[in-house]
Amino acid sequence: MAGSDSQGAPEELSLRQAIMEGVRQAFAPATGMLETVGGHVLLGLKAFAWLPRRPFRAGTYVEAMEYIGFGSLPIVLLVGLFTGMVTALQSVHVFRIFGFDHIVGGTTGVSIAAELGPVLTSLMLAGRVGAGIATELGTMRISEQIDALESMAVDPIQYLVLPRIVAGALMTPILVLLFFIIGMGGAYLVAVTQMGGDEGQFILNFKLMVDFVEVTKGLIKGCIFGFTVALIGCYYGYNASGGGRGVGIATTKAVVTSSVSVLVLDYFVTEVLLVIFPVGH
Amino acid sequence: MCKAFGKHEVLKGVDLDIERGKVNVILGGSGAGKSVLVKHFMLLLRADKGGVWVDGTNVFELGPKELTGFRRKFGMVFQFAALFDSLTVEDNCAFPLREHTSKSQSEIADIVADRLEALGLAGTQKKFPGELSGGMRKRVGLARALVLQPEILIYDEPTTGLDPIATLNVDEMIMSTAERFKVTSVVISHYMASVFRIAQRVSMLRDGLIVACGSPDDFLHSSDEYVHTFVSTAGVTGGASPRQEEEETRPR
Repeated sequence: MAGSDSQGAPEELSLRQAIMEGVRQAFAPATGMLETVGGHVLLGLKAFAWLPRRPFRAGTYVEAMEYIGFGSLPIVLLVGLFTGMVTALQSVHVFRIFGFDHIVGGTTGVSIAAELGPVLTSLMLAGRVGAGIATELGTMRISEQIDALESMAVDPIQYLVLPRIVAGALMTPILVLLFFIIGMGGAYLVAVTQMGGDEGQFILNFKLMVDFVEVTKGLIKGCIFGFTVALIGCYYGYNASGGGRGVGIATTKAVVTSSVSVLVLDYFVTEVLLVIFPVGH
Repeated sequence: MCKAFGKHEVLKGVDLDIERGKVNVILGGSGAGKSVLVKHFMLLLRADKGGVWVDGTNVFELGPKELTGFRRKFGMVFQFAALFDSLTVEDNCAFPLREHTSKSQSEIADIVADRLEALGLAGTQKKFPGELSGGMRKRVGLARALVLQPEILIYDEPTTGLDPIATLNVDEMIMSTAERFKVTSVVISHYMASVFRIAQRVSMLRDGLIVACGSPDDFLHSSDEYVHTFVSTAGVTGGASPRQEEEETRPR
């Protein structure tokens, strides 16, 4: 009996361990996601804690703004032009059935200003800037350049992460605004020049439906999405490991996560903005 | 000092002294944890247990502001140099000076030119790291580490991937740097020929512990089976090491 008791104890322990392991594995995706979200929040907080502290290194901010803003300009303008054109084309065809094609200037304006502009611009940035930041920081991590910065008493979060997320938050609204302007230009070309719509009606409805608040909503979204895309790129790049393959994985994760985050955040930010700026204000 | 990554214990209670003003080599097989060990010296990694004392201060107890000043005592030459790809040789070397001093651009350019010339790199200022050979990159890494005149220089496998002649050049560079700039050198290596050329003190890391420590000569005549195997398989035979011979014949 004594023998069976002594054999039973370890079995009981292993059973408990097995249950705990099973529970741990069952909740692993949830805990992993929480850990990742927490990691992003911590990185963002650590970066912003450096914002008021010297040295400020204006050059690193200018460089990041040039990369995120000026570097993204051609692709954002191209996408903006064709988005405006196709939105107007579809709208004219559908609204013409009901005799409402004169309002296309207004509907296209609202769509681009508050929704298509910030979302498509941010998705472009997720592909270009999110991937670029993750690859650059990931390569710096695996080639020990980030360790080298630390060894030279330079904080890598202050030097590498902060300028990029600040540049993301500041430059994306400007890109959103340019997307809106060129998008409306494209819409005018299709609705008025190509489809023969009335120019006066196009402009009048645009002025009636698109006001400062609609454009501001888009700029606020652009600021939040730009910050998010840059932070996610920094997070995955900064924490990359495992050589070239690790950098590839970090880049993929940065693009996928930032694209999905933009679309998910868009809903919640829209909800909040509709409370702050109700329709029909 | 103990350090684990997840369940993998890399350092299991390392006890090591570094002698001031000497070339201290930390020897060990691949994956023994040598790089992990030295990254603790300047708090690039934080140990799970234990501490690193430099001039009586436990590094792990330093606050963020003190740490910045403390790290300036160190220079580190990384395994693959870790030069900033987007900066020229001159800007790489000037980086620590621009960050930590208020020297003018011309003063910085003079210091950089002096260090580059001392390491046989005169005229490479405008080149990018991608345009340099492996040996040159390591020397630029050393020049960058030297510009702030550190008290302690750490070399992480400085001869990895170099041909025998380049290895010899790097070894000579380590010895001459130690003498010219009066720095304490800590060199990680597993190349026995290099070790016996440059070392004044050798410590061997194995299975997360320092298993042997002494002069190069002590290692050559060690009765420890692992040390003996490590030394003999590298083709290093008995007799005084070149470094020891040099020290013994040097006029006093």
